[in-house]
Amino acid sequence: MTPEIALLLIQDGISTGAIYVLVGLGIVLIFLVTRVIFVPFGDVMGYAALTLAALQMKQMPGTIWLVLTLALMATVMEFYSLLRQGQGRRLPRALALYGLLPLLPALLVFIAAGHELPMWLAIVLACAIILPISPLLYRVAFRPLADASVLVLLIVAVAVHFAISGLALVFFGPEGFRTEPMTRAFFNLGPIGVSGQSILIVASSALISLFLFVFFERTLMGKALRATAVNRIGARLVGIMPSTTGTIAFLLASALAGFSGILIGPVTTLYYDSGFLIGLKAFVGAIIGGLVSYPATAIGALMVGLLESYASFVDSSLKEVFVFGALIPILVWQSIRKGSVEEEIEEEEREGRA
Amino acid sequence: MKHLRAHIAVILAITFIAVAPMVLQSFSITLLNYIGVYALAALGLVLLTGCGGLTSFGQAAFVGIGAYTTAWYTAVHGGSPWIGLVLALAFTGLVAAALGAATLRLGGHFLPLSTIAWGIAIFFLFGNIDALGRYSGLSGIPALSLGPLSLAGTTANYFFIWTVLGGVLLLCRNLLDSRQGRAIRSLRGGIAMAESLAIGFFRMRLKVFVIAGLLAGLSGWLYAHLQRYVSPAPFDIRPGIELLLMALVGGAGHISGAVVGAAIVVLLKNILQDVLPPITRYSAQLEVVLFGILFVVLLQKARGGIVPMLRRWLLHSNPEKPGPGAPPLPRRIQPASTGEALLRIEGVTRKFGALVAVNDVSFEVRAHEVLALIGPNGAGKSTLLDLVTGALKPDAGRIVFLGNDVTHLPPRRIAANGLARTFQHVKLRPDMSLLENVLLGTYCRTRASLLAGALRLDRAEEQLGRGEAMRQLDRVGLADRFGELAGNLPLGQQRLLEVARALAADPVLVVLDEPAAGLRRLEKKTLSDLLRALRSEGTTIVLVEHDMEFVMSLVDRIVVMDFGIKLAEGLPAQIRADARVQEAYLGGLA
Repeated sequence: MTPEIALLLIQDGISTGAIYVLVGLGIVLIFLVTRVIFVPFGDVMGYAALTLAALQMKQMPGTIWLVLTLALMATVMEFYSLLRQGQGRRLPRALALYGLLPLLPALLVFIAAGHELPMWLAIVLACAIILPISPLLYRVAFRPLADASVLVLLIVAVAVHFAISGLALVFFGPEGFRTEPMTRAFFNLGPIGVSGQSILIVASSALISLFLFVFFERTLMGKALRATAVNRIGARLVGIMPSTTGTIAFLLASALAGFSGILIGPVTTLYYDSGFLIGLKAFVGAIIGGLVSYPATAIGALMVGLLESYASFVDSSLKEVFVFGALIPILVWQSIRKGSVEEEIEEEEREGRA
Repeated sequence: MKHLRAHIAVILAITFIAVAPMVLQSFSITLLNYIGVYALAALGLVLLTGCGGLTSFGQAAFVGIGAYTTAWYTAVHGGSPWIGLVLALAFTGLVAAALGAATLRLGGHFLPLSTIAWGIAIFFLFGNIDALGRYSGLSGIPALSLGPLSLAGTTANYFFIWTVLGGVLLLCRNLLDSRQGRAIRSLRGGIAMAESLAIGFFRMRLKVFVIAGLLAGLSGWLYAHLQRYVSPAPFDIRPGIELLLMALVGGAGHISGAVVGAAIVVLLKNILQDVLPPITRYSAQLEVVLFGILFVVLLQKARGGIVPMLRRWLLHSNPEKPGPGAPPLPRRIQPASTGEALLRIEGVTRKFGALVAVNDVSFEVRAHEVLALIGPNGAGKSTLLDLVTGALKPDAGRIVFLGNDVTHLPPRRIAANGLARTFQHVKLRPDMSLLENVLLGTYCRTRASLLAGALRLDRAEEQLGRGEAMRQLDRVGLADRFGELAGNLPLGQQRLLEVARALAADPVLVVLDEPAAGLRRLEKKTLSDLLRALRSEGTTIVLVEHDMEFVMSLVDRIVVMDFGIKLAEGLPAQIRADARVQEAYLGGLA
């Protein structure tokens, strides 16, 4: 390997790693606040990229139908639970929040689709319609199980992944898409060339991470999210509703998924199921951070990007094996670092008596 | 009557399986073959998820390892399928042991997450190895044969698969009803409970994980020789989650759940494959969508699965009451001389961050005494008990039990040396019977291995253990309810059950954390009578308790703690008269 190739691999690794950073941060955020290991994160990101691609090709993105279906399901579930609790007064608010609000971006996209759109508008629309997806999934699939064990929530997350990635094929078809590059700039930095898109990715990723940091450190809502992550019961006692912080966490994660999907769209050809693998690789990064630390997750995600870039140089067909195989030594290292088995007691499933 | 119903159900099921080939069409028999093969792999998940509290999305990958091992050996190298079976089992067992060793010490969600990752890694690995035919797979796998009898036909295969499945189900049923099986079922109660019973939490997790891997390997071996062809696709993550769906639909806590779940999922898939294609060209994907939704609904609405619902109707036969005549298990030699120091705590300190929970505490517990550890809330009593039992490690100081330094021993080793404990927050297995819970206590006094349990070679020892457990249940006054589920007891009786479990370990020293909390007056009397009887038999007892009447009337000596330090030590009368103790409790009597 020559130094030029090494530099090229590093540059490539950092720009893919920067995407994994965004995805990894979103995953850790959701996990800390709601204990849900959000496996479908990558799929949501895939939806963002494919929605943008569809808008750029003047087609109707199927994302609209996903949002409509989820909004309908969430509204029905919310109505049902409100009526059962005898809180009919709150029905209009539920309708507005779960039924109408998510339809707003869907309506905008519906109107705009098929027209020649400027790049920025298409990006804004694609991000806007992605936003409601994760919070709605939270309401439909996870919130009814808020007190279940991490394990049960994880199984549900995997099931949700299969459901929405299957729908992605129906909506977008089996073909791969690549969105138009946001910039065609190209810089020659000494021996290697760096594309403007890579710089855009790395810069956006750094900026968004910084924004998240400020959000958690400086705003009341960010602190509420952190409080829920540290102690759910304690947070409840000081007036923080875990279901509200959960919704906000999913909303933020949706935004992160949207940004990362838009950023990765021009550099890789994405298929309906590509998001899943990207999400899983970000998971490897998050696991390096033990699923608890944002900075360690970011470093881990960058490492995964570098490893992948190197692996694809060695043997591109085996790069997934390399990346996922790397999980084993990581976990061994974590086992040694933590010493003994962690204490955890599952919630009791009172089967047969409930 | 109910007993009869359960027997009839089993007989009906066996009869149906026996006559099925005569009444059903060949296509249905093929479906039944696949149900049998998948049920084996799902059975592994039932043990892992329902009993051991772990989950794997990579079970299909293990099936794949088994299938590819035998395919490679028989189709590429022309070997015998029977040696292929040995290789398949050896290889899946080995991989499971290695992966388990890497992940099972970590929190419960790391295992399933990494199973997703390695499930995908293995899929790509199969698809990229030339010797395994890359993505087109390996064909030309021979059919099985038993001597001159070929099992190539659908019906012959059918009988073989279901005989194997029946045998494995029987083994698993036996296993779960044995010493090691109960230890596996105790894993869901958490590490503190398991280790306090001398059960190695990590090793037991590893064992159940390897067993699940071996069942997957067996399933893969059958699959390869049934299908006569293997390719990477059936061993991806998607089939992995289908196997998990089977285990959960059926009911992850019950071994028959694997068969019921496999049957439901295979039949449902078959129906969907008939119904969907005329409607949409994406039928395979819509099938996945429907399964995903079904899965979410199942977990939200019926987490127990189908078998528990059936069982409520069939009701499992009540266990036979063990006879009182069984000879006792061999007892430990209790230290002879009264007053000898059994446990020495020497300058023990434990900090949590800046908080010094236990600060340079020293005292000793003498043989045949009842010692109470008292103090206001937050005095560090429970932390000290955790240090003594090995659940926490001190930052400084030494703990000597029976003359051995146990400061750095794991709880299970200290428990095996003869220290039994109860917990402030009761730790029982609510879904196991009273008898089974107490039997967990005998774990350190019995020897039966996994294999002995599965093959029922442990019955003599099991009889002794049951006799012992019944005796202890009788002592705490719960003998009549031995077959009930522990979760159905009120809190006070759960505490007594925990005491019975601790006694079943034949301990030298019993550590009780607030045993009288939540007990009614009569129950308190039973408990204090029991503790007195134990003392007269030579058992030493340490207890933390807030009920002063209970403490003062019962114990020989008292150690008082406040803010992490030892405030006083002495006879009950001395302690009652101690000014510092009065101040700590009543806030200063000027």
